Amino acid sequence: MPEHDVLVIGAGLAGQRAALAAAEKGVSVGIISKVHPVRSHSNAAQGGINAALQEGDSWESHAFDTVKGSDYLGDQDAIEIMCREAPEEILHLEHLGVTFHRNEEGRLGTRAFGGASQARTYYVADITGQAIMHVLYEQLMKYGDRIDRYEEWFTTALVLDDSGDCVGAVTRNVADGSMELFRSKAVIIATGGNGQMFQPTTNALICTGDGIAQAYRVGAKLMDMEMIQYHPTTLAGKGFLITEGARGEGAHLLNADGERFMEKYAPNKMELASRDVVSRAEQTEINEGRGFEDGTVALDVTVVPRKRIHEALREIVLVGRDFAGVDITREPIHIKPGNHYTMGGVKTDVVGATNVPGLYAAGEAACVSVHGGNRLGANSLLDTLIFGRRSGEDAAERAKRIDHSRPSAATLDDEQRKISDLLGRERGSGRRISEIRQELGATMDKHVAVFRDAEGIQAATEIVNRLKEELETAYVDDRDSVFNQDVLGAIELGYMLDNAEATCLAAAHREESRGAQYRTDFPERNDAEWLKHIDLSLNGDGPEISYSDVTMTQWEPQERTY
Amino acid sequence: MPEYTLKVRRYKPESGEGPYWQEFGVELDETLSVLDGLLQVKDREDGSLSVRCSCRAAICGSCGMKINGESGLGCKTQIGEAYEQANRRNGGGEPIVVEPMGNMPVVKDLVTDMESTHWKKIRRVTPWLLPEGDPPEREYVVEPESMIDITQSMACIQCGACVSACLSMEVDPEFIGPAALAKAYRFVGDPRDSEHRERLYDLAQDPHGIYDCTHCFACIDACPKGVAPMDQIMRLRREANHEFEINDVNNGRRHEQAFVKIVRKKGTLDESLLLQESYAQGIAGKLMPTGGAIKGLIGSIPTALRGIKAGKMRSLTKLIPGMHHKLPGDAQQHVERIYEHTEEHREHLNLYIKGEEAEDDVPEAAIEPEPDEAEETAEAEETAGKEEAEPAPDNVDAAPSGEGERPGPTDSEEGSS
Repeated sequence: MPEHDVLVIGAGLAGQRAALAAAEKGVSVGIISKVHPVRSHSNAAQGGINAALQEGDSWESHAFDTVKGSDYLGDQDAIEIMCREAPEEILHLEHLGVTFHRNEEGRLGTRAFGGASQARTYYVADITGQAIMHVLYEQLMKYGDRIDRYEEWFTTALVLDDSGDCVGAVTRNVADGSMELFRSKAVIIATGGNGQMFQPTTNALICTGDGIAQAYRVGAKLMDMEMIQYHPTTLAGKGFLITEGARGEGAHLLNADGERFMEKYAPNKMELASRDVVSRAEQTEINEGRGFEDGTVALDVTVVPRKRIHEALREIVLVGRDFAGVDITREPIHIKPGNHYTMGGVKTDVVGATNVPGLYAAGEAACVSVHGGNRLGANSLLDTLIFGRRSGEDAAERAKRIDHSRPSAATLDDEQRKISDLLGRERGSGRRISEIRQELGATMDKHVAVFRDAEGIQAATEIVNRLKEELETAYVDDRDSVFNQDVLGAIELGYMLDNAEATCLAAAHREESRGAQYRTDFPERNDAEWLKHIDLSLNGDGPEISYSDVTMTQWEPQERTY
Repeated sequence: MPEYTLKVRRYKPESGEGPYWQEFGVELDETLSVLDGLLQVKDREDGSLSVRCSCRAAICGSCGMKINGESGLGCKTQIGEAYEQANRRNGGGEPIVVEPMGNMPVVKDLVTDMESTHWKKIRRVTPWLLPEGDPPEREYVVEPESMIDITQSMACIQCGACVSACLSMEVDPEFIGPAALAKAYRFVGDPRDSEHRERLYDLAQDPHGIYDCTHCFACIDACPKGVAPMDQIMRLRREANHEFEINDVNNGRRHEQAFVKIVRKKGTLDESLLLQESYAQGIAGKLMPTGGAIKGLIGSIPTALRGIKAGKMRSLTKLIPGMHHKLPGDAQQHVERIYEHTEEHREHLNLYIKGEEAEDDVPEAAIEPEPDEAEETAEAEETAGKEEAEPAPDNVDAAPSGEGERPGPTDSEEGSS
């Protein structure tokens, strides 16, 4: 039985940062990832990372922008911490070797981003997430003697001890199908978001909400699960992301009449209003018949100087060329809002701790909550790093305080039995896993997207419940042990259905419009009743709703205009 | 909806049987990818088909594979184009052939063991920054261009396509290889790193290091991110050769110098001089050959004989020093001018500065060809595509096919260990 003081599940930015922080505290660390760490979806964060590091900028200004961006649902204590610690984190990354863009003096240079009152986004061309993650992985290799990496190990369940503390995980080695019980004094969930429950999505195929569901199943609370971000600029049909950096560099949004429509919706910030605002504006244009025939509007990057495009937006030149057949330096590209980010997740405090002792969460899987109803561009990388580090440090301190406990072996047996049940089902015994997954994706994108109403959410809820039943009899083709992705896909589908159930429930329950949740049947924000988080926990077989207050420090809710 | 046939190389280790081919019919839009086709197979027909994949957008590097024999990413190869490629010669009906990457053991179907090949080699190059002393209070202040310069190698997504395509690695499985050496340049080119000399010394002295690259361009063609690993290897050599003057035990540096010198003098490579000049440089070297030179020359005899036997020397007169043919007319002076030009205008062309297609994007720093030079390089540029910024037409012959996408190498370096 592998044993570590701290076990990190997920090896994107949050997980790698947590592992490095814990190791620095001198405890033994294991980091488990279902894919090789550099395949993690943090790669996809193109545009940059925010920090108030420039002269004339202040963390308060960054914090206020974030609070406002969150539509006042973000917890202000957590936001203050994130924004105060951001500059130091950027410098730390720079010292580790991240090749951040420099200004003419050779110092760190910035670009503008949506929802921000200052240009405070630090970046590496448009591969910022990739660059940071590969540098962190360099550090994981450097500290290979202190951090054991379990690359391509798929976690199927968290493990509690008799007193209800989280003390490990059950994991399947993808390479040979063997199951292993890991023992640890603390577990950090850093498994990312759940975008794959929507189709299309900008999210990678691996973003199936694993850790969110695992934590929920052992009693952790989920929070803000109704808050799903639709990114304003994704390629129609395929869901690929066009970075907000494009608009940061000056690109325009145009409707089919060639009109720069953001003038009507956000006259001051125009294309750089926050994402929920821009996505709704686009969807309104499309719904009211001013979009193109393929249900899109256009992003015009040709207004950005070409030298600057090559230097700063090379990746999206490639995306345009390879995936849409469009040379963005010469013509506008058709885009639409697409599923992008999970604001909600496992409810944590400011050191990443959940309500389950020993269980932590960080990054997109977690909900601290710094993003509230809407995340600002270039705040997600920051969230992963700040709260990845904080959870790694706190988990290490916990590990130093306590002795190893005995994880229940029953969980391992249960997990093994579930997999053999799945493998034992006859082909044709039920539906194919892929059919259920596709129906889920289409359902969520139809009913729980940019605009929602009670009727649609109800329809989605019923479908999700039916799909959960159908999963019980669904079958897989692959019976082998080595690299059986079919089995993993079935388990992931179970995770996604749990996530979807929680999202539908919270979306139906919040009878107001705030941030990414826009209810056409309740179009106004209602601070009197709804300036609060919706928390969900598993009670018996079903979810139970409770509320928690939004932490306010210095910013009272105001009307939100851009 | 167009229909395609994917002919996939399958391997199921638990079956006890060897690899086999299986054909699958798929229907999808021609602009979708080969990976989309494989995912459709998994979804509709056979969930046991194993292929690593995640982002579908060429950023995670999971889906390295060979398509019609060429290494690349499944998600970045449009299925319509793959079909056309498979049928370029015979007018249609051929399937799209999909195989696991080369130079790596196969785990199952399209899944390869990257740990024992790719990642082990990445770790070989000490892949982390080694700064001197404690970091400054604020950021390191560095030239803005230096960060853009190494961003090209930071753009590597570790997909392994270059490793799969590497011809040197087929011959020498221990070759550190294009991906790991490109990673090494990311540190050698980083002004914050304090061990440039140590890194270069290490990579030059290793018999499987920078001089093991044969300059074949396969990695540049395979790379889905424009990292151009071979260019990064050439930069490592240039640094080792010119900046640090590292004379390696593999004789790589001297071999390279001999190459450059002979071509400068004769316009083309006089093979009869190459070996002796590589081992015993100049007149002094030949009058008083060192023990190492004699040993090296004698040791090279079998290679030379094999070359003759294989028909590499079509005429035995080529073995006689001084019999090498001269260039016609005043071509030799043009060669000399090319040398002078590249010496004056040495620069690293970088996709982050120059863009994907050169066309009218001549970077500020680019060379304006002199009027007479423009004339003489016109033909070369035709071969090389539309690269107005191509500064080194002397290398055009080495390029298998110019696509106007590859930054032109700036030195006339050649050679191998």
